[in-house]
Amino acid sequence: MLAYAIRRMGLSLLILIVVMLAMYAMVFLVPGDPASLALGPRATPELKAELRERMGLDQPFVVQVGYFFGNALRGDLGLDVWSKRPVLEQILGVFPKTLILGSVALGWALVTGVLLGCAAVVWRDTWIDRLLAVVSVSVISVPSFVVAIYALIVFAVWLNWLPAIGAGTEGDFGSQARALILPAFALGLGWVGYLARLIRAAMLEVMDAPHIRTARAFGMSESRIVFGHALRIAIVPTISVLAVGFGAILSSAVFVEMVFSRPGIGTLVTAAVEKRNYPVVMGTVLFMTAFYLAVVTAADLLIAWLDPRVRDVLRG
Amino acid sequence: MTPAQPVPAQPVPALSVEHLSVGYAAPGGTVQALRDVSLAVAKGEVLGIMGESGCGKSTLAAAMMNLLPAAARVTAGAVRLNGTDLLRLPRAQMRALRGRAVAMVFQDPMTAFNPVLTVGRQLHDFTGAAPAAIAAMLSRVGIPDPDRALARYPHELSGGMRQRVAIAAALLMQPQVLIADEPTTALDVTMEAQIIHLLRDLRATFDGAIVIVTHHLGVIAELCDRVAVMYAGEVVEVGPVDAIFHDARHPYTRALLACDPAVVDPSSGRLPAIGGRIPDLAHLPPGCAFAPRCAVALPECQTPVPRHSPTPDRTVLCHRGAA
Amino acid sequence: MSFAADAPATRRGLWRALVAGPMGLAGLILVVVFLTMALLAPWIAPYDPVAINVKAKFLTPSSAHWAGTDHLGRDLLSRVIWGARLALGIAITSVGIAGAVGLLLGLVAGYGPRWLDAILVLIFDSMSSLPMIFFALAVITVLGPGTTTLILVIVAVSVPGYARLIRTQTLTMTGADFILAERAMGAGPVRIILRHLLPNVVGPLVILICMDIPVVIMLEAGLSYLNLGVRPPAPSWGNILAEGYTSLRQAPHVVIVAGIPLVLATLGFTFLGEGLRDALDPRGAGRRWT
Repeated sequence: MLAYAIRRMGLSLLILIVVMLAMYAMVFLVPGDPASLALGPRATPELKAELRERMGLDQPFVVQVGYFFGNALRGDLGLDVWSKRPVLEQILGVFPKTLILGSVALGWALVTGVLLGCAAVVWRDTWIDRLLAVVSVSVISVPSFVVAIYALIVFAVWLNWLPAIGAGTEGDFGSQARALILPAFALGLGWVGYLARLIRAAMLEVMDAPHIRTARAFGMSESRIVFGHALRIAIVPTISVLAVGFGAILSSAVFVEMVFSRPGIGTLVTAAVEKRNYPVVMGTVLFMTAFYLAVVTAADLLIAWLDPRVRDVLRG
Repeated sequence: MTPAQPVPAQPVPALSVEHLSVGYAAPGGTVQALRDVSLAVAKGEVLGIMGESGCGKSTLAAAMMNLLPAAARVTAGAVRLNGTDLLRLPRAQMRALRGRAVAMVFQDPMTAFNPVLTVGRQLHDFTGAAPAAIAAMLSRVGIPDPDRALARYPHELSGGMRQRVAIAAALLMQPQVLIADEPTTALDVTMEAQIIHLLRDLRATFDGAIVIVTHHLGVIAELCDRVAVMYAGEVVEVGPVDAIFHDARHPYTRALLACDPAVVDPSSGRLPAIGGRIPDLAHLPPGCAFAPRCAVALPECQTPVPRHSPTPDRTVLCHRGAA
Repeated sequence: MSFAADAPATRRGLWRALVAGPMGLAGLILVVVFLTMALLAPWIAPYDPVAINVKAKFLTPSSAHWAGTDHLGRDLLSRVIWGARLALGIAITSVGIAGAVGLLLGLVAGYGPRWLDAILVLIFDSMSSLPMIFFALAVITVLGPGTTTLILVIVAVSVPGYARLIRTQTLTMTGADFILAERAMGAGPVRIILRHLLPNVVGPLVILICMDIPVVIMLEAGLSYLNLGVRPPAPSWGNILAEGYTSLRQAPHVVIVAGIPLVLATLGFTFLGEGLRDALDPRGAGRRWT
């Protein structure tokens, strides 16, 4: 188990390094250097030189990469080109809000998805099952920001039940919770469908397996079989999907945050893009990639702990 | 004057199947998997159930434990364990008996166990037995280093080992009836020999009844006291193994025995076979199901077939059975 | 792994299987509608989508303007129809390029030396580990927003998916016994690719494309909504949504109108993809709805 864990984390680290290199190198593959891009056509040579120095662009490439990696390891992702605030500090300031949004969205999607998936299993092959299938596929396909906008129109503008903008006032849990409802709903809706189908397929496959028949032959009660033996197997693909899904949810969160004008990673990075604030953008990319890799790696390790057959696959 | 020897009482059947009929609902009509099947196996006895694929023997094995699939319908009959009809027991009581009073070993050891739980955990879940007792039983079935085996996952054991574990699990609670559904069919020849050895050794120490379902004549010959031959959902002949193997009365049994590769004359250059195919179980003829393929069929074989008892311990389902 | 022999033998069989399910049928209809809209936009749009007529701004749907007008008096129906042309144009272009590049890279990874395969797989995994939107934003920061950047981003994000599919099929093929037999008879890699790989890959590839297009449409609309995609006044559905959003309270119909084609287009392609998946599944209709 330990060997597998080390291998898995090593792979993630390697991927992170590749991504870091790619992000850093991207700047140089482009016509025009970032300083000119950031300042636009009104830039004077002095301003460009000054900005270039600020961005560290006058050093040889290898040295720059070295500085970059060194800094990143120490948590220094550079300075915001305009405000000179450390990028990491800005990211950490808003990331918790996005994290909460993503977690609540995934949470409600998981609970609802599992319930609907189990309902489809209990009533399999009836009209309920078929209806759930169509509904599931439909909600998967609709873009979350469109759902967000429509939800906003209906609930915030027409009905005026919930706030349309912002994340609620600091310290007031009630207003923060209310501000969370619509965005989390919009963000999680697509995942409800996906998880419902996944749970249904996984549970059906498990319950038909011969070893479940063995358990029944020894008189185990249905509930013990479902929760002790079947779920243990069905949960494995679900964890993997949830981990990958968390990354997708964080991506979609960018749009949803913009729709609801919620402070978060999304608003931070889109503002930075508009201002060509590359350090912030790059820092965000690296941070989110690192976070995503951490989540996926943790999920893989959890799966290996739950299902011993997986560990052997990586060995071969 | 010496007192008369007491007449030995008829052994009380541990498990008896009485006029059992089971069908499956299918789009083309009801498929009759079992028709009026009656059997009994006594404590200490090994009964073999023999027949080719599709004869209903697996359905019979499942019915013996009331473990039929959801699509199956019991249309008549009973399965009695010490007098209690298992098919009519409330679910909770039936569950209490499974694994304890009656236990089963399944055909395919590769899929019989949950892949994500250790052997020890599964056996404990199934029986509630303590790890020490489980390890002891694993040792009895010939698994080396049983304590380490408890911590192993099923995929880390070979097929033969897994089948031994399955047998150990079945025997843990000292059931009154052990049912083995094709215990060696999924194993290669070496493993098969080992399992047969194991079952033979266990016979000496296990005092319950054993039912072995198989299509393999060799297994029947090695292990069983009595054998029931099945064809198209019916028991066509029952009797002691020696009597049946040497003097089969039913044409199907005779044909089956003649096809055994062990008795085939190599110089003849041909493998005997039974011509024709098994009947469609959804549309069975009114008379004998084997008649279309029978070498000695009579005109009256189109009418319902009587069950004869040529000797007290044998029955034959054939118009010619009285002979 | 399925071989070509397992799949429905005839085109007609496939067609029938596809339209037999309501989902596949609905998807097919929607896709055809949108494709027609995209192709015939110059002729069926009632007005010029960029013609400004400030006096007619914020008109609600009427007989003159079936979908109403936006804040600059432009006819929304025309903008939506041209939006279809834009969305599908970008989607098909990007997916086409990504598919071609993915095919090439997948073949290289499958047939080439192991070290090259290892590097390519590492790159694919890295790209998949990069949450899509953030990568897109990074490229846009460097290159500036615009349609070309958009296509470049979409291609870069989509390539790993296609490359992986081709690579897997290639690796499976190279190990298969019947391929060994062909090579023993002197068949070269090109012949093997054409005769064996491509027929087996077509099915999953088409499904992947069908499922990818809605993602691409969403990505384009989303980025355009953030003003980082197609530049206005081009009538991207995302742009229309963004413009409508700012005037949400005065004229909610703009946003509603812009959202509908986006939803229907993504639904259509997804349904079609699901329908195709069920129809191509050699295990038959029993697996539908799973």
